[in-house]
Formats: sequence, structure tokens, C-alpha cells
Amino acid sequence: MENHFEQGLEALRQKLLLMASRAETAVNESVQALMQRNHDLALQVRADDDIIDQFEIEIDEMAIQLLTKAPLATNLRLVTVAMKISQNLERIGDEATKIAKRARDLAQEPPVKITLELPHMASLALTMVKDALDSFVQRDSIAARAIIPRDREVDALNKQMHHLLAQYMMENPDTIARCLNWIVATKSLERIADHAKNIAEEVVYLCEAQDIRHSFKN
Amino acid sequence: MAEISLPKLNMPVAAAASAIAAPTLIEINQLSLYYGASKALKNISLNLGEKVVTAFIGPSGCGKSTLLRCINRMNDLIDSVRIEGSLKVADQNIYANDVDVIELRKRIGMVFQKSNPFPKSIYENIAYGLRLHGMKKKSELDDHIEQSLRGAAIWDEVKDRLHTSALGLSGGQQQRVCIARAIAIKPEIILMDEPASALDPIATARIEELILELKKNFTIVIVTHNMQQAARISDYTAFFYIGELIEFDTTTKIFTNPARKQTEDYVTGRFG
Repeated sequence: MENHFEQGLEALRQKLLLMASRAETAVNESVQALMQRNHDLALQVRADDDIIDQFEIEIDEMAIQLLTKAPLATNLRLVTVAMKISQNLERIGDEATKIAKRARDLAQEPPVKITLELPHMASLALTMVKDALDSFVQRDSIAARAIIPRDREVDALNKQMHHLLAQYMMENPDTIARCLNWIVATKSLERIADHAKNIAEEVVYLCEAQDIRHSFKN
Repeated sequence: MAEISLPKLNMPVAAAASAIAAPTLIEINQLSLYYGASKALKNISLNLGEKVVTAFIGPSGCGKSTLLRCINRMNDLIDSVRIEGSLKVADQNIYANDVDVIELRKRIGMVFQKSNPFPKSIYENIAYGLRLHGMKKKSELDDHIEQSLRGAAIWDEVKDRLHTSALGLSGGQQQRVCIARAIAIKPEIILMDEPASALDPIATARIEELILELKKNFTIVIVTHNMQQAARISDYTAFFYIGELIEFDTTTKIFTNPARKQTEDYVTGRFG
């Protein structure tokens, strides 16, 4: 006989994975819009954010319904973790929207002549998101734990680009407005990596019932 | 039990009507029930939907089992009982003088808290009701018995011991045989009075899964003390307190955002 509660959990998991796929696409496309100065793609990313927001609401509704049925142990952790992961995915969508907004503005201005490691940073952040979600799907806490220290690399790159852009602005004051847009975009990528780290921490909690948040500071 | 004040419901009938999305099968209107001089149910108005699971919840003595037993006139068996108001099943007033109670109970099966198989074989437990309703042919009986036991998700466990005593089964298995016995005569409605309260978590989970399967074909009304069970299996929930219907709504609404404070207090365990 089919287990109705398990079906509900599976539906929640599937919904979360659909949302994750949307969030990943949003980040990918926002970075693409930024690098390729693609105004239309930037607008598209902003428009699509509503879909991600809707996913967050639907996942919360499903989770609350499941919680009324008193899930226990792994099932209880899965439902609460799903709510937290969906919140992080929604924030990732918001950061993608911020990048897209800067991409839209930058596309209408002449390019700034500075070489940034932004594609590399974007690739690091995106891979973190992807790996965190894979660890959720595989219920692999070792893989999830391995994601967490990678956030520092993204933080360092952000700091490095921030310095470079600050320097460039001082030397080229006419580019300040454009460079500020780049600073916001890199900061958003740094936040995306933070959210990937949060998701990984939730996966560790799901698999091991260990709360490791805030234990990697400094 | 804590004393709480109970403001009168303003529009119980309207609330009940608006909550139900499924077509109404059971229509309870201003129903009151007295045990002698004591009024055990007070002006209950409630519409229950077809092929959905409705849970009755509330503290002991609130009248939920009494109301359940009104639906197939089980309370007729108690001499001091007097009923006012009306209770219709599929538009027929079941308390009208011309109603054949035996025929009514064929349409409305019941499963009790304590499993009560007949002290006969598993086969005979199911065959009994079928024979009573005129089925004589062995092949036909065999088919119906298998179908009923399959419907109650117990066939695989008992198919090789159909002619052994039903009393030799575990409590959970006995309860599913009782459900098979109830569904054998193809009722429209199955009333369940705490059907899983004496069972362990595994047997309880089986019964809950079974109820979710049965609602595809039957209308189910269940009395339960287990709030999470109500949340897991029911579509609608009615909360009773000292003979009154306090709130009736979708189960999701009752367990996430009940409209009345008494309901909130009960489902969160503050009283009862």
C-alpha cells in the first residue's frame, strides 16, 4: 500500500528541486547578462524572480501541512530543512535579481576597462550552490561539509575585486557610478556563496542531526 | 479539565456549509440528544461531505461518539435516549418512522475502538454479513471475501489461514478484518470510533493508510483523540465541547489557524 505521508514528503522534495533549478538558472543568466552586456536577458531574470518567490510560498504551505501530521526524526528534519533551504533559494533568486539590475544599467553605459575575475567568482559560487543541492539530493553530509570552507575563497575574491574597483575609481572618477554597480554585483555573488554554505549546513543537520551553523567563524 | 466559557456559535450551519467543498452526504440540522433529562448534544448543525474523511475531535464526554452513533441510529439501543432535530443521509431523514434500521445500518457500517471479530474463522467473519444479505453461492462468497480483505489491506496476511479463528490475529489485523467485514456489504458510509487507539504505531499507520485508500470509495467519519491522526487522515474536522459543535472547517484550517479560541486551546493541548 502506498504511504501517503511519504508521498507528501516526496512532493515537497520535488518542489524544492524545481525551485533550486530555477534559482540556479537565475544566477547563471544574471552573470551571463552582466558579462555579455545583455540588457534583455537582465530584464528576463528580474521578471522570472516572481516564480521563485511563489515557490517559496508553496513550499512553506506544503511544509506546514506536513508538520501538522507530526513527522518525527528524519522526516521532521527534512520538513524543517526544506523550509530553510527554500528561504535560502529565494534569497539566491533575489541576489540574482540584484546582479541583473546592475547588468541592465551597465549594459546601457560604455564598458569599464578593467579585468575582473568575476567569471571565476561566479563559477565558484554557482558550483557551491549546485554541490550543496546535490548533497541534499544524495543526503551526503561529507560532501555538504566539504562545501563550507569554499566560501572563504569567494569572500577573498570579493575583497580582492572590491580593492581593485576602489583603486580604479580613484584613478578614473568618471567611472565611479559604473564601478559601484560592479561592486554591488560582486557582493551579490559573495552572498550567493553564503547561501550555498547555509544550504550545506542544513544538509549536515538533515543527515547527522548536528547543528554546525556559526561554528566556522574566523 | 479547565473551566472555559463558551460563547454561542453565531452561524454554525453557514460555517459548515461554506467549509465543505465535496457534495453533502450527511446533513445534520439542529440535532439535540438527551440521555433522560441530560442534554448530551446541543443543537448540532453540520454538513458532511461525500467520499471525504471527517474527523470528530474533542475531550472525553464532548458528545463526539454520541453524534457518530446518531448517524446509524446506534443510540436507538439505549432506552433513555431521545433525539430532536433532523439527520439526513442522501436527503433521507433517517429518523423518519418508515426507515428500516437494519437496511440503514447496511448502508452505514461501523468500526469500533476495540476490534470485535466474531469468534469464528476469518472467512466466516466476512461471509456472515454477505449471507445475511442473501449471498449463498460459494464462488460468489469467495470472490467478495477476497475483495473485502484486499480492500482492507489484510488479504496477503490472511489468505493462507482464512479458515482459522479471527481471534488468533493480532489486534491490528483483527481491526482490519473488522473493516473488511464492514466494507463487504458495500456501505456508503463507514463510521469509525477511535479505530486505532488500542493499536501500536505500526498497526496504527496501517489503519491510517487504509482509511486514506478507503475514502476513494466510501464516506468516512472518524472519532479520534489523536490530533495528529486527525491531521494525517482527515479532510475536515469538527471540534466538540460539552455537547456543542464549537468549530467545523477544513482540517488544515483547524490545525493551523482555528477561528475559535476553544479550538486553539484544545488542539494545542492547553485543556482537555
